[in-house]
Amino acid sequence: MSKIHVQTKINGEDTEFLCEPRQSLLEVLREELGFTGSKEGCNDGNCGACSVIVDGTLINSCLVLAVEAQGTEIITVEGLAGPEGLHPLQQKFLEHAALQCGICTPGFLVAAKALLDKNPDPTEHQVRHWLAGNLCRCTGYDKIVRAVLDAAQVMREETAAAG
Amino acid sequence: MKDFEYVAPRTLREAISLLAEKGERARILAGGTDLLVQLRGRRFELDRVVDIKHIPELDELSFGPRRGLRIGAAVSCGRLYDNPEVVERYPGLIDSASIIGGVQIQGRATFGGNLCNASPSGDAIPSLIVHGAVAEIAGPNGKRTMPVAEFCTGPGQSVLQPGEILVALQVPPPRKFSGGHYLRFIPRNEMDIAVVGAGAYVELADRKRVFKTVRIALAAVAPTPLVAAEAAETLVGRQVSDEEAIAEAAEVARAAARPISDMRGPADFRRHLVGVLTARALKGAVARARGQFVPNAVQDPEHADAPLPVRRPEAAG
Repeated sequence: MSKIHVQTKINGEDTEFLCEPRQSLLEVLREELGFTGSKEGCNDGNCGACSVIVDGTLINSCLVLAVEAQGTEIITVEGLAGPEGLHPLQQKFLEHAALQCGICTPGFLVAAKALLDKNPDPTEHQVRHWLAGNLCRCTGYDKIVRAVLDAAQVMREETAAAG
Repeated sequence: MKDFEYVAPRTLREAISLLAEKGERARILAGGTDLLVQLRGRRFELDRVVDIKHIPELDELSFGPRRGLRIGAAVSCGRLYDNPEVVERYPGLIDSASIIGGVQIQGRATFGGNLCNASPSGDAIPSLIVHGAVAEIAGPNGKRTMPVAEFCTGPGQSVLQPGEILVALQVPPPRKFSGGHYLRFIPRNEMDIAVVGAGAYVELADRKRVFKTVRIALAAVAPTPLVAAEAAETLVGRQVSDEEAIAEAAEVARAAARPISDMRGPADFRRHLVGVLTARALKGAVARARGQFVPNAVQDPEHADAPLPVRRPEAAG
């Protein structure tokens, strides 16, 4: 099967790759492009460890074909931190010890970013509902939820100060 | 996963011929949340995958006060609950859109795919049925329509013939004093397959005190989504406040269910759930028809006024 040429923008940079139709976006991100932050957990859409944002929509990259990424803009966990340092979500995950083994963490960070992009002031219920597609076997979720709510508050304060 | 050819046609005509050409060896890719899992699990092998997301009429989500809601077959669940018009007018459909998988799945999975996958437990199907949705189908022999209630013919089986494609789901405009509600039982809060699901739609009369029209449909209690027409009929003309009438309808629905026992639950338990969920779905539908707030999964039950995690409105055009 001949390879297909795909053009995308990943974390703000124009990126091209060649892939076979059967390859998932996750496989290409990790194995062809070196974005190993996205993890392969279940590979069937249950765990959310491979979460990325495609054209503003949070998805599991294991359930997207890489060829479908043609013309899209993708944000992976590698795109969260800026030149000035960690993203507030990353900082708050550290402060709240919202991770233990860390395999689920990139997925949670990307999912939480997608939530706060849409809703800067979510309630705890909304955070828990939104993160239901991300599994964590270590933390029991409480610390993650607290970290997201705390990061949301910091980001709102930053926005208010900047505005 | 075995190699296959990927095609992304721009027109419906092209898609139909690409699909028909390969017969059983080609399938449609919409959200891919069922297809890619099935391919990876080697449920079947394909020579060609036809991505329908670039065909304008399949990607359309639109509402008109006369023609109602048109949900293109490639429209994701997330686009439904990100659309304030759909959220306001069809909360019963949003109940389903917001519980199919998690947010990541909802960003891709479509009502069209849920219907075509024809699982008895599909959460979108009872909601579509009770809202009176009609499936628009196109194939090598032209176009036809089919009520969603008659679409599924068995587990994983539907009326679609080789080469046929589901184009869109057409839902009638909401009527005065009407409401719908869908809910399901699962042993956790999210991310599971319905043990039983129940959808109800009502239209009220006489200052919203009497049942005028009632429709009930059930998930995961028969080889296909099940229309509980007799149960619905018992309520017509009765008072919405009549608890006994609702209990009676729930009992008739319970008797109509033909569940199997499997790893998700024994048949007796499922029958019991049909009674409980039918009553709750009816009460939720009545409350909405009377203008009361009944939260769905995206809404915080304790903060009715909290902002929905709704995407900024889609840019015009």
